[in-house]
Amino acid sequence: MAILTAWILARHRFPGHAALNAFVHLPLVLPPVVTGWLLLVLFGIRGPIGALLHGWFDIRLVFTTAGASLACGVMVFPIMVRAIRLSLEAADPGLDMAARTLGAGRWDRLVNVTLPLAAPGILAGTIVAYVTSLGEFGAVVTFAASIPGETQTLPLAIYAALQIPGGEEKAATLSAISVALAVLGLAASEYASRRLNALLGR
Amino acid sequence: MTLSLHLRHDFPSAKVDVTFEVPSPGVTVLFGPSGAGKSTIVLAAAGLLRPTDCRIAIDGQILADTAAGIWLPPEQRRAGLVFQDAKLFPHMSVETNLRFGLRRAPPGPIRFDSVVALLGLDRLLARRPHTLSGGERQRVAIGRALLAQPRLLLMDEPLASLDSPRKAEIVPYLIRLKTTLRLPILYVTHDLDEVGRLADSLVLIENGAVAAYGPVADVTSRASLALAQRDDAGALVECIVAAHDTARQLTRLDGGGATFWVPLIDRDIGRACRIRVPAREVILAGRPPEAISLHNVVPGLVRAIAADPVRRTVVVEIGLPSGALLARVTPDAVARLGLAPGEPVLALIKSTSIEVLGGG
Repeated sequence: MAILTAWILARHRFPGHAALNAFVHLPLVLPPVVTGWLLLVLFGIRGPIGALLHGWFDIRLVFTTAGASLACGVMVFPIMVRAIRLSLEAADPGLDMAARTLGAGRWDRLVNVTLPLAAPGILAGTIVAYVTSLGEFGAVVTFAASIPGETQTLPLAIYAALQIPGGEEKAATLSAISVALAVLGLAASEYASRRLNALLGR
Repeated sequence: MTLSLHLRHDFPSAKVDVTFEVPSPGVTVLFGPSGAGKSTIVLAAAGLLRPTDCRIAIDGQILADTAAGIWLPPEQRRAGLVFQDAKLFPHMSVETNLRFGLRRAPPGPIRFDSVVALLGLDRLLARRPHTLSGGERQRVAIGRALLAQPRLLLMDEPLASLDSPRKAEIVPYLIRLKTTLRLPILYVTHDLDEVGRLADSLVLIENGAVAAYGPVADVTSRASLALAQRDDAGALVECIVAAHDTARQLTRLDGGGATFWVPLIDRDIGRACRIRVPAREVILAGRPPEAISLHNVVPGLVRAIAADPVRRTVVVEIGLPSGALLARVTPDAVARLGLAPGEPVLALIKSTSIEVLGGG
């Protein structure tokens, strides 16, 4: 979904382009709690989308693991879109023109030329987004609460530990894990994009 | 058979309005200063730019006719385009690049193996584009365009980004390509040397309009065109190798209804051969000179005299029985010899200053 959105934003100009762009970036600028509350309104059991999901598929998102994933996904979506869009815009439009004159149609070009060229950005964006999603707090706690083993993300667990007398040690361990994951994620994303760029001869 | 093209497009700051019809197959060079509209013509022919008004037909097959609402998009037009900077797909090997168009094209006469042989690509197939030299990259790009089975091959300054040794390396491949494949080729350049070596037809583009077009030997020998005022101007003459005089180390070439002696060349008798006679190397005379090292005393009639007031010289167009030469001389020489259109004159040309360009 992020790839498709990035492609649309990068390569197409249409009425509503700016509006879509702003909508995609909303979670980045809104307070996370507000995003979580909006999700609650939309996907809650009585919300317009949540009611449908519950009625038709018996899917409940609020206060579940799937709900926590949705909240994380929405929060990191703009990060991914930005990374992918940047790498799409950095690609040489001449290659797309060359592919056209060689007989490749729109989807053919997207799959065989545009996406492979954007692969470094897509991969790096995905890794950063994944690591960021591990640290989600506000949106998750609002939409999916903080249920240990189900919807509790790392910072939620750290926060919870700090609320209990004597929980500092646990908090410290979790924080260390958090730091390690963040560093590892950034390193992995850097490494992946370098390797792919080398393959592309950049 | 012909390739005919008409195009009119209004850019915010410039206008392009060109019409020409040239023989197909054959190499048609679009020649002119940068910004004259050459690239617009190529992009429109490829279908990548849709002009206000455009009609393109090859042998009666219509690629575009905006008046009739016909506009084949580039992916269906099968007009191969070779860019100035190759535009190879960096994530694919040379072989995958070559096969990109082949796989998407309907079966056609141009085979993979013959293109690889024609362009000398066999040792490059497994390489990645970024490991290739500029000249190699351009050869791969040409091969990739050819394998898409084009109805029309477009080359937009394919040698402009290369240094002279690399150019010299590719030109023989282009000559082979033009003689082996019977394709209409539109070739953009602003290098007169490429015109001499590759062009069958020449279209001069100036300020978005066609200044002249026709067989290259005709267009390069017209004194009235801006082309004739260039420092490196010179008429092209299509010749046939007539005789070799091995004792005197000379070759006789017949062309334009005249005879030219050049230092012995390695080319069979009866073969076609194109020569270029630089305008500034031609001396004019009223009577044949005596006791002189010169081999070529070519009689002709003055057809036109064009003045170049900036450099205080004139370009004289000398009509041969079939063809013409250009000579750059001073206005004083014209006055002393009493040259005027219709007057007979002798063109004196050193055999060593005639450039033999090969051909056919």
